[in-house]
Amino acid sequence: MTANSDNSERRVISVIVVNEASVLSRITNLFSGRGYNIISLTVAPIPDSKYSRLTIVTAGSVRVIEQITKQLHKLIPVLRVYEHCDMVEKEMALVKFPITENITDIDTLCQAYNGKLVNVGENVVIAMVTDEPHRVDNFLATIKRYNPKEIVRSGAVALER
Amino acid sequence: MQITGAQMVVEVLIAEGVDTVFGYPGGAIMNVYDEIYKQDGFQHILTRHEQAAVHAAEGYAKASGRVGVAMITSGPGFTNAVTGIADAYMDSVPMVVVSGQVPMSLIGTDGFQEIDAIGISRPCTKHNYLVTDAKDLPRVLKEAFHIASTGRPGPVHVDIPKDVTAQIEEYNYDFEVALETYKPHTKGNPRQVKKVMDAIAKAKRPLFYLGGGVINANAAEEVRALVHKTKIPVVETLMARGTLSYDDKLLISMLGMHGSYAANMAMSETDLVIGLGVRFDDRVTGKLSEFAKNADVIHVDIDPASISKLVNTDYPIVGDVKTVVASMLEHTEHIDPDNYENWRETISNFDELHPLAFHEDSDRLKPQWVIQRVGELLGDSANITTDVGQHQMWAAQFYPFTRPRQWMTSGGLGTMGFGFPAAIGVKVATPEKTSINFTGDGSILMNVQELMTAVEKKIPVINIILNNNFLGMVRQWQTLFYEKRHSETDLSVQPDFVKLSEAFGGIGYRVKTKEEFDAALKDAVEKNVVAFIEVIVERFENVMPMVPSGGSLFNMMLLEKKETK
Repeated sequence: MTANSDNSERRVISVIVVNEASVLSRITNLFSGRGYNIISLTVAPIPDSKYSRLTIVTAGSVRVIEQITKQLHKLIPVLRVYEHCDMVEKEMALVKFPITENITDIDTLCQAYNGKLVNVGENVVIAMVTDEPHRVDNFLATIKRYNPKEIVRSGAVALER
Repeated sequence: MQITGAQMVVEVLIAEGVDTVFGYPGGAIMNVYDEIYKQDGFQHILTRHEQAAVHAAEGYAKASGRVGVAMITSGPGFTNAVTGIADAYMDSVPMVVVSGQVPMSLIGTDGFQEIDAIGISRPCTKHNYLVTDAKDLPRVLKEAFHIASTGRPGPVHVDIPKDVTAQIEEYNYDFEVALETYKPHTKGNPRQVKKVMDAIAKAKRPLFYLGGGVINANAAEEVRALVHKTKIPVVETLMARGTLSYDDKLLISMLGMHGSYAANMAMSETDLVIGLGVRFDDRVTGKLSEFAKNADVIHVDIDPASISKLVNTDYPIVGDVKTVVASMLEHTEHIDPDNYENWRETISNFDELHPLAFHEDSDRLKPQWVIQRVGELLGDSANITTDVGQHQMWAAQFYPFTRPRQWMTSGGLGTMGFGFPAAIGVKVATPEKTSINFTGDGSILMNVQELMTAVEKKIPVINIILNNNFLGMVRQWQTLFYEKRHSETDLSVQPDFVKLSEAFGGIGYRVKTKEEFDAALKDAVEKNVVAFIEVIVERFENVMPMVPSGGSLFNMMLLEKKETK
């Protein structure tokens, strides 16, 4: 009768919240207070509205994900919670390379992952890619041989289909 | 009209029909207290500690069903109140807590008596606000009362910087709450209600499992009607005591860690759990995988997050228990109460095998006897609060409750020190009833300063201190599970409780015999002043039955069989 399956699954949850002071800490407090896991979190205002949209990548069993959804919905400033498996999901990464690396190779790789070189300086170049999170993982694994100096990932954003 | 933020607070409290505020003044909230001084729309009760102000507001709210109001200052005033706020949160008590805050210009500078109050109260309130502009005050306060009292009730905290209480703005309270993101679902799905009633009709061993939500929803009348129409047996949680009268043949008893044998066995044998306003707390369920193992589960609750949180629900209904049970009552035609005759008999056999009982085998009074005796002498005429520990469990087991809101206890948080201030709030809300606080020699000292409040405001609470010179419940666990290593639980060194009460202007009794107890209680009720009745009870009495922590409900430690009662 009880189910406490430990089959942890990665899920993307979108939360529409009233754009007001301390709303973000209400969300993150809920996760830390109840022992839920945040893999990534992005937040930005929705244009022409009083709402913001959060995209939270989390992991948990079916029961945990259901609780997360319900607990999020219980927060007063939360308007809507979407928890779909069918979402278009994208993430951005910026990577800094020494100018001495093979720029042509890097540029070609970037293009394969919806990206390009976005800045060239005296000593470094900065590359940007935008793709599904697991593809970004692949990209970052591939470019290791070009001695990346710094890597920044944005966290996922997602829209239900 | 143009008024200050402080005046707005007072105007709103009056407009909301608040008749009593429990509180404690201080620097950051002084502007509001200045306005309280000038008005006569409500009374203010000065407690002697902020925690007690919140517990008193809880007691008031639990006894009356209305929103309790507490007012405190910033910094230590607020942090003292946090335990009370958390207690109200865990037990879903409707409450608005107003706190002062340092002026806006000092926020974030570690100013005198500054603390991030809404940061602290966030995880233990239903919602909270920091008001940064007096223009927002009427809206925020109206929302606070609305949120506290609707849906699953809970405490709402409003933190107001001192300069905001001084700011002058236009005041208008004639508007509706417009919260786009907060619309609690109160009406159960009608098709689901029918499905539930069919499931009940088909069940062989159904069991009502009632929780505090029934009390909060004022649904006892509807629930009693449904129980009597279907003749399905009932178990109550700690928070639901009084939903059915103690002498109701269909009420088995309380279930859980210290539930009766019959109640826990019924829950283990049932094939259909009908949960109303419950949350499957670990003190109720014991080991989850063994809980009601062969049963389908119906769960009616106003809070969707309570449903399938711990136990899978086969028939969920999100809605107000009162409304849902009322519609359940319209669909009882397929239910034949005679079908459950065998089941009722099974349960009464359980009860005969191991009834809730105790042995009078000590020279000292038994704590259970004291509680039973108060029940015999005062019964329905008393409202009961408790602190936390053995006395609390005995009170829940042995007091003859006859009605909802007769019983106020700290269930979820288990806060020692709750009982006395809560009893003060209860007495203010229901002055026609005798206010009894069952407490222990440990708990009473955790808010003993409230003697002063009760004496000053002439609030005649009778505290019955079951004194076993132990932190009894912890001692019981140490005896049973820690090989009798009674680490830091021996409270042999104690104050003179009689003199203590007298020092504050109350009365006190120390009793050792049944006759002395009867005389003391009678005298205290007649004198109608705040009283301590210290009862010297058996030191090593254990609360039984007991489901060891994490064990299955049906594996209970039981009272040893003896010939005596």
